Amino acid sequence: MDISKEKMIDMYTIMNRIRMFEIRVSELFAAGKIAGFVHLYAGEEAVATGVCANLRVSDYITSTHRGHGHLIAKGGDVKFMMAELFGKKTGYCKGKGGSMHIADVDLGILGANGIVGAGPPLATGAALACQYLEKDNVAVCFFGDGASNQGTTHEAMNLATCWKLPVVFIAENNLYGISSCTTNSMCVPNIADRAGAYDMPGITVDGNDVMAVCEAASEAIKRAKQGQGPSLIECKTYRHRGHFEGDACVYRRKEELEAWKEKDPIPRFEKKLLDLGVLTPEKVQEIKISIKKEVEEAELFAEQSPYPDADELTLDLYTS
Amino acid sequence: MRDTPITESAIIGTAVGAASCGLRPVIELMFVDFIGVSMDQLYNQAAKMKYMFGGKAKIPMVLRTTCGAGIGAAAQHSQCLEAWFMHVPGLKVVMPSTPADAKGLLISAIRDDNPVVFLEHKILYALEGEVPAGEYTIPLGKADIKREGKDVTIVATAQAVHTALSAAEKLARDGISVEVLDPRTLSPLDEDAILESVRKTHRLVIVHEAVKFAGPGAEIAALVAEKAFDRLDAPILRIAAPFTPVPFSSALEKEYIPSEEKVIRAIKKVMES
Repeated sequence: MDISKEKMIDMYTIMNRIRMFEIRVSELFAAGKIAGFVHLYAGEEAVATGVCANLRVSDYITSTHRGHGHLIAKGGDVKFMMAELFGKKTGYCKGKGGSMHIADVDLGILGANGIVGAGPPLATGAALACQYLEKDNVAVCFFGDGASNQGTTHEAMNLATCWKLPVVFIAENNLYGISSCTTNSMCVPNIADRAGAYDMPGITVDGNDVMAVCEAASEAIKRAKQGQGPSLIECKTYRHRGHFEGDACVYRRKEELEAWKEKDPIPRFEKKLLDLGVLTPEKVQEIKISIKKEVEEAELFAEQSPYPDADELTLDLYTS
Repeated sequence: MRDTPITESAIIGTAVGAASCGLRPVIELMFVDFIGVSMDQLYNQAAKMKYMFGGKAKIPMVLRTTCGAGIGAAAQHSQCLEAWFMHVPGLKVVMPSTPADAKGLLISAIRDDNPVVFLEHKILYALEGEVPAGEYTIPLGKADIKREGKDVTIVATAQAVHTALSAAEKLARDGISVEVLDPRTLSPLDEDAILESVRKTHRLVIVHEAVKFAGPGAEIAALVAEKAFDRLDAPILRIAAPFTPVPFSSALEKEYIPSEEKVIRAIKKVMES
C-alpha cells in the first residue's frame, strides 16, 4: 500500500493529538475538573488513526467507552470534545453525553457507548443503510476484547455476513476487559480466529504499528465497498492507563506495562518517519507545540463555556 | 422486507443503526417476551441516542410485536410488558384495540421520527372491524372514547377494551352508564382526555392485562389522583393481572386475565360510593 507523505504526517499529528488530549484529560480528571467515568485511549492511538485514515466524513463509525481516540481520528474537534467532558453547553452533546456518549453524527460518529458490545449491531445497521441507499460508504465498528465475547458481537457479525454488508469490525485487543485478562476470558489466542465462523476474512495485526493497521483497514474497506461483505481486523495493543481513571491496576504487572511502553506506537512511528526523512526533528517539535497549544485552547474553551441551562434538562428527547 | 436470523439484538440494533443513518425500518419481534434478550438495543441505544448526542440523532423506527395471554402460550409467550417501555424516556408506546386503530396508528408510528414500540395483542388478530380505506392515520398520543357514559370511566387497553365494552353493555341494563376510554398510545399518554372523562364521571376503573403492581394503571391512577382527586366520588380501582407469571393451564389462565365479571364487580363497587 502506498501511503503518501502527507498522510503519514497527518497520522502522526492525529496520534499526538489523541495522546496529548488524553494525558491532559487524565490530569483534569485527577484535579476534579471532569466528573464521571473517563476511559483513556493513550497507548492505542495507532488503531483509530490507522483505520480512520481510510475513511471519509460520510463513512460511519461506532465507538466504545474508550472513545476519545476514535472521535479525534474521525475528525472530531478537541475543543468541543473537551467542552463535552466538562459538561458544558458548547460540547458535542450539549453536555448531555459526557465521555461515554460523546458523538457527532454529522461526522459519521454514531457515538461512544457505555455498553460493552452495543456497537456491533449499530454498525451493522449503519452498513445496512449504506447498502440499501446504494451509498459508496462503509461502517467501521471499533470494539474491544471484552465486547468480542458478547452475544451482540456474534449476532452482528453473523447478520452482517449473511447480508454482505459493508462493515469492518476492528477488534482492539488491549488484553484486558476491565480487569479480566483475555487469557481468562477467551479460549482462542486471537479474536481474529473467530472470523472463520462467519466466513469472513480475519487478520491479526500489530495494533501499535499505525502503517500496518492502515494497510489492513484499507484492504477491508475496499472489500466492503466492492460488495464482498465484512472483515474482522484484530489490532493487538495495550492501554497505558487503567480501565478507567482511578483504576489501581492491581491486575497487571508493572513489567508488562513497561514492556508495552517500549512498543509505544507514537515514538515508533516518529522514528520511522525520521528515518524515512518524512519528518525532521524540527517538524516533530513544530507538530507537538502546535497540538499542545490546540489542547490548551480546548481546555480554555471548555473552562470558559457556560453550563447548560436547567430548562435544557428535558429537551432533545423526542424529534417532533 | 428481509428475513433475519433469530437474533433479536442484531435485529433491533441493526434497525437502530440503520435508522440513525437515514432509513425508516419497521422490525418485528415475534413475541414481546423476547425483548429481554435484546432490550439494551432498545432502551439504552434507540431511546437515548438523540438525548445523549445533544439532539443530533434521529431514530425513526417501529418495533412491532405481539403481546398478551389467552391462547395457552404460557409464561414466556404471553406477557403484557408495556409498563417496561412506558418507563423509558425516548420511546413511544402504542397499543391498539381495533383494526381501524391498528391501521391508523401503525402508519403514524412509521411516519414518526422516534422509536415506537407497537404492541399488538394476539387475541385481537381474530377481531374483525371496519377499516378506513386508503391513507388513514391516527395521531400518536390521542385517546379514543370507545363508548360514552356518564357514571364511571373505564380506562382500558388492547384486549381489555373489549372486556370493558361488554361489561359496559351489561351494566347499561342495570342503569349504569359506563364510559370506556382507550388511550391507544401509552407514551405519550393523553392525560387531558383521561382527566376530562374522570371530571365528567367522577369515578375511575382501570383495566389492563399487564401485572397490576407497577403496571400502566398505576401511572394512570397517579395522574388522576394528582390532578383530579377532588373530582373523584370513589377510590380508583384497578383490574389487572395478578403478580405472577402467566400460567399455562386454561383454568388458571382464565383466572389470570381480567374478566368481564371482575370489571362488573369493580364498577358496582365504585358506584356504591
